[in-house]
Amino acid sequence: MTGPAHTGSYLSDPRVRPMEWLPWVLALVCYFAAPTYLPLGSYILIMILFALSLDLILGYAGIITLGHAAYFGFGAYVAAILAVRVTADPLIGIAVAGISAGLLGWLTGLVILRMRGLTLLMLTLAITSICYEIANKATALTGGADGLGGFNMKPILGLFKFDLFNKTGYLYCLLFLFVAWWLVRRIIYSPFGASLTGIRENVARMHALGSPVYQRLVAVYTISAALAGVAGGLLTHTTEFVGLKVLSFDLSGDLLVMLILGGVGRIYGAFVGPVVYLLAQDSLAKQFPEYWYFGIGLMLVLVVMFARGGILGIVDRLLLRIRRGNT
Amino acid sequence: MSDILRLSGVHAGYGQTVVLEDIDFTLPERSTLALLGRNGVGKTTLLATIIGLTTLHRGTVEFRGRPISTMAVYDRARLGIGYVPQTREIFPSLSVEENLTVAERPGNWNLERVYDLFPRLAERRSHMGNQISGGEQQMVAIGRALMGNPDLLLMDEPLEGLAPTIVDMLLLAMQRLIKETALTVVLVEQSAKLVLEVTQQAMVLNRGRIIYAGASAELLADPQRLTNLVLAQ
Repeated sequence: MTGPAHTGSYLSDPRVRPMEWLPWVLALVCYFAAPTYLPLGSYILIMILFALSLDLILGYAGIITLGHAAYFGFGAYVAAILAVRVTADPLIGIAVAGISAGLLGWLTGLVILRMRGLTLLMLTLAITSICYEIANKATALTGGADGLGGFNMKPILGLFKFDLFNKTGYLYCLLFLFVAWWLVRRIIYSPFGASLTGIRENVARMHALGSPVYQRLVAVYTISAALAGVAGGLLTHTTEFVGLKVLSFDLSGDLLVMLILGGVGRIYGAFVGPVVYLLAQDSLAKQFPEYWYFGIGLMLVLVVMFARGGILGIVDRLLLRIRRGNT
Repeated sequence: MSDILRLSGVHAGYGQTVVLEDIDFTLPERSTLALLGRNGVGKTTLLATIIGLTTLHRGTVEFRGRPISTMAVYDRARLGIGYVPQTREIFPSLSVEENLTVAERPGNWNLERVYDLFPRLAERRSHMGNQISGGEQQMVAIGRALMGNPDLLLMDEPLEGLAPTIVDMLLLAMQRLIKETALTVVLVEQSAKLVLEVTQQAMVLNRGRIIYAGASAELLADPQRLTNLVLAQ
């Protein structure tokens, strides 16, 4: 399913390579260079975090899911409800959103991870649909189809106010993305990460070796759900609104497209995919308001047909060709 | 000596198909068993039945007096059954060392001892699973099973398709394993002579039934009988 994935084996050098700082440098350059694009920038950062959480379970553990929006949406709604009813402190909100999404991931994971393949796929879909319907019907709590807004987030640590141009929000998202990136990297460069690759490549063998496959899958699913919940919480905080869209099947599908576009099972695919997808969406929607989805579809078809391994897969092959050309 | 493994009245196969019939045998602790027979007589199926990868239609499998017939594969592995599959099944995107440590459990066996047994693997520790030769893959498969610190090691045709020098090397390693450790070993092999030399007990299967069970030395001393048994129709 994945190409030359797992370039980071845990016994290889786990230090951060110079290239790995590039996304962070670019993110800071964008902050100063494109101040009017920061709301879109924040959304991109959130989707990168969300894609990163999906990469952990899809790219490394091989859990195929079409329902990752359940945890994203759950985190988003928890953050909103908390802000409306309990406290509008952002850091508490993120913590609670992450923990509750992780808890939901753990509980649902316990049930669905006993299955594999198509059955698992259907179950992940079912969980998202259930969450969606609950959010739709529990109008007193969630605002139903109207969504939930009308709350104002307090300044972060009492110091940094959320502003209209999303300057604070952008850095706030960047900070959480950085922490999540560091965490995911640590997981992948660990024996636990290697065992996830083993599970993806040969479950039967891992069973016969006595590896606790099910526990490992539940553990990584829980971590991934918590990260998705944090991403959802960030969306609620930066937009000060949450609607049913965060729990939709469309979102799970878009997320999967973004990750495949970038490259599955290599961390940085989760960075490249959302940037390309969302920037393309932004510019296509401006030029062809009615047909922009056609552009996205065409792009995906081309990538799947000619570049398995996504955009980073193309980059890999180009680099290889250049290196061969030099020697 | 007590028995580590006991199979009684075992009928097993895949799904509805029955491959093994009326299998009865016990394996004492620290013994070594050669499992012989032509292609397709059920040798691999017998190993797979012990680790739990087949459908058990009738009979019981006991490990140290404990029935394990209904136990999940990984629970059997954790009880102390190591399995080296014929297809080796090395994880291609893990390095040699990761392949060894991916399911390690604490015990006598660790990386150092595996590298001592197979020095070649120490040299290749950072190579990926798909970048090593067949012989090296076989070493990784055996080493990986040992890292789980099993008491019973099931090896399915570990010498198949390997160059003669590698075969000699592996045979030496196996002899060391048998001599220096408390392992019980079951060895499935096509080339009967090679394994009869390193094992104490032998069993010959034909059409899913045991047609010979006795000392390895006895078969080794009687080549005519060995040929008749292994080629029995």
